[in-house]
Amino acid sequence: MRGLSVRDVWRSVAIALLLVAAILLPIGQKNYIIYVLTSWLIFTIAAMGLNLTLGYAGQISLAQASFMAIGAYVTALLTLAGWHWLAALPPALIISFVVGLILGYPALRVKGHFLAFVTLAFNTLVFLVLRNEDWLTGGTYGLSGMPRPDFGLFSTDKHLPFYYFTLGITVIAALALWGIVRSPWGRAFKALRENPVRAESLGVDTRRVTLLAFAIGSVYGGLAGALITPLVQFIEPGSFGLAHSLRILLMVVVGGAGYFFGPFIGAAVVILLPEVLRFTEGYYLIIYSALVIVMLVFVPSGLIGVWGRLKAKVWPKQQVRTDMAEGAGLQ
Amino acid sequence: MSQFLQVFLSGLATGAVYALVAIGFTLVWQAAQTVNFAQGEFVMVPAFFVLIGMHWLGLSFWVALLFGFAVSIVVLGLLFKKLIVEPILPHGGITLIIATMALGILLKESAKEFYGAEAQPFPAMFPGDQIDVFGAAVSLRDLLNLVISLGIVILLTLFLNRTRTGRCMQATAQNPGVAEILGVDVKRMVLYTFLINAALAALASFLITPVYLAKFSNGETLGLIAFIAAIVGGFNQIRGALVGGLLIGVLDNLTATYVTAQYRAALPLVLLIVIILVRPQGIMGTSEGRAV
Repeated sequence: MRGLSVRDVWRSVAIALLLVAAILLPIGQKNYIIYVLTSWLIFTIAAMGLNLTLGYAGQISLAQASFMAIGAYVTALLTLAGWHWLAALPPALIISFVVGLILGYPALRVKGHFLAFVTLAFNTLVFLVLRNEDWLTGGTYGLSGMPRPDFGLFSTDKHLPFYYFTLGITVIAALALWGIVRSPWGRAFKALRENPVRAESLGVDTRRVTLLAFAIGSVYGGLAGALITPLVQFIEPGSFGLAHSLRILLMVVVGGAGYFFGPFIGAAVVILLPEVLRFTEGYYLIIYSALVIVMLVFVPSGLIGVWGRLKAKVWPKQQVRTDMAEGAGLQ
Repeated sequence: MSQFLQVFLSGLATGAVYALVAIGFTLVWQAAQTVNFAQGEFVMVPAFFVLIGMHWLGLSFWVALLFGFAVSIVVLGLLFKKLIVEPILPHGGITLIIATMALGILLKESAKEFYGAEAQPFPAMFPGDQIDVFGAAVSLRDLLNLVISLGIVILLTLFLNRTRTGRCMQATAQNPGVAEILGVDVKRMVLYTFLINAALAALASFLITPVYLAKFSNGETLGLIAFIAAIVGGFNQIRGALVGGLLIGVLDNLTATYVTAQYRAALPLVLLIVIILVRPQGIMGTSEGRAV
């Protein structure tokens, strides 16, 4: 183990401060604001998963919302059948993992925009199944009345406890992801992104790594879905359409694909900006999409990349190998 | 049998319009490696330009059509290339894909906010009379749509194969480096491709909007179907996009009539997944030699 550098210390202090801020932020706020903050955390989890698939492993997926749908519907059906949320979570995650693994197979054959289309088609197919198979999913009316998890002394029925519950799960999910990207797997993901041929020739099993990138990313989608169910207590196919996959993709790109903290910033911008722009009424999506285009023109590496770019301008330093550095140049 | 023929012909007519959109999509992909996720909105918007010409500027219908056509070429061709594709393409294909998605939202929401959320009637260029074709009742509009679309495709193919500019464009698409060495103005050819794409989208818009009415959300399905048509037919071939468009139009109509209306939208998607996995170069396409 190498010793802690000054940079690592600063980073830990910053993370601790942000965590304290996340704990203090909702206290004394209106229910609606707590609700928005909770959905920020949940979408952060979904975006973290996509960041692993897209940012670290370089495989584009436009189907993250469909994994949220799988997680949400499995949890909803099981909790409605009387299961505890904690008991319903593992099946939701396992099903997401398996379906993600299956969706990974096309990625073995096709890349780039072809993969974008396959995953896009998958997302729409999941939407159609949810809408049409109303014996299971309630069709367009969806499912409602799912209970929030109750842990004896700690009941999450109120908005504030549920926020802390979600925060706890987000921290656990983030730690797990941190472990994954620091592990040999994480290095293999980046190797796959940077140069699949070289990775293969160095003994990385690119087949397995590609499938895993999809499957693990999907598990994060499923987890986010499993949290949406008790938060909203009402789910319908429309909440998991293609537009939502695009939103999650936007979070990853806006925040900075391939940066560990990118999804936090991206989800904050995508979820909170509409609230800030609310006063513009109908125009907010127009302003918003225009801002995204402007951002892609000027800071394509995401908002988190702005700081690095400024610093590199003022204080240039040695080039690092791209698989060692954070952040992805998406080709 | 007459019902089958009826369903088949109207599918062919819709499919021909899909093909126009898919061809534009293919051309832009070849010339500039741009996958335009806003292509559906590119078909939705020209109809609104025409409506603006008619209702805000007080032009007559045919003049408004010309006005809409010209504005489409400037906005969806020239400005799209200069303001979005040129600055973002160097950052990578996926970044550009996301930018075109954002552009799609921008166009859709702008149409909704600045013109109206309700479906607007759009005058047809031809009467919708029913005529009798071997016992099947087919609308004259469908038949003319089919004839005009095919005519446009033929003209476009002749232009690309028989004129000097067209051949320069093909050379640019095949190998920009060599084309440049041989004296082709590559930048100008790429620009022409974007202009042709905008023109095709505008024509498709004028043909299809009388059927669907002008609505801000028209682009959603149309764009997806055009991509699928382009991929199914073969991403690097004009005739591939044509075949793909016609095939999807016909299959879509046949499924809705004879198999299932509920899963009608699923058929092109399943077709897409199967084609990509089994024959990524498309039915008519030739392998690109690129690691896709």
